Amino acid sequence: MSKMTLKTEGDTHVIVTRRFAATPEAVYRAHTDPKLLQKWLLGPEGWSMPVCINDAKPGGKFRYEWTNGKGAGFHITGEYLEVNPFSRIVHVERMFLPEPTPDNHVETTFERDGEGTLMTIRMTLPDEKTRATMLASGMEHGMEASYVRLEAMI
Amino acid sequence: MEGLDTKFAALADPTRRAILARLSLGEATVNELASPFEMSQPAISQHLKVLEEAGLIICRVEGTKRPRRLAKEGIEAMDQWLGMLHTALEKNYDRLDSVLAGTNTQKKGKKR
Repeated sequence: MSKMTLKTEGDTHVIVTRRFAATPEAVYRAHTDPKLLQKWLLGPEGWSMPVCINDAKPGGKFRYEWTNGKGAGFHITGEYLEVNPFSRIVHVERMFLPEPTPDNHVETTFERDGEGTLMTIRMTLPDEKTRATMLASGMEHGMEASYVRLEAMI
Repeated sequence: MEGLDTKFAALADPTRRAILARLSLGEATVNELASPFEMSQPAISQHLKVLEEAGLIICRVEGTKRPRRLAKEGIEAMDQWLGMLHTALEKNYDRLDSVLAGTNTQKKGKKR
């Protein structure tokens, strides 16, 4: 059973959807309140987010830093473009590995879905190559660690 | 790592994705592959070369023909990686479920 979908669309988009058994208000808060973010946005087991700065307002910046506690780490920085409380967030982000990746333009919507919420994340990369690189080299928070693990496997 | 880079880069082209879709139906020669596309044979061959170098298709020699087919291992490597990505993201959201379960007991959001 999987509640999440991840698919590519066209040449430059990646779409992720997920349902939650909570109100859009609660899901939205979990995406913007640093204290809540630090509890779940962690990636693989063993990783934590010691730094979470989040200024969720138009023009506001955020910075997430992850570490595995063993010297490995990376961070993401970004800016909010649009912030409509409880329903929609538009931001750009880039990952430092340690070089910054090209800007990922991300639109996240939270829609009431019965008793719960349907969250849809629509990522837009500058071009096909960038999306390919992102999909191949770790796209979401905490993916770098998975990637390293996969490298060992293949 | 290098393998996945070239694989996903090879996929970042609609014609190459269409070629793979055609090959998912079975082996095909360059001529057969070229016919649905309004594209010259050399152009198709160039795409095939990219797919082959990325390890997504395999070329077989049969007399003067060189039919191509999908490379199972190459496709599986990508599939496995996307699966892992899916799993890691899903883990975050499973954790979010727990966080939400904790905050749910607090004041509910106003009704629409």
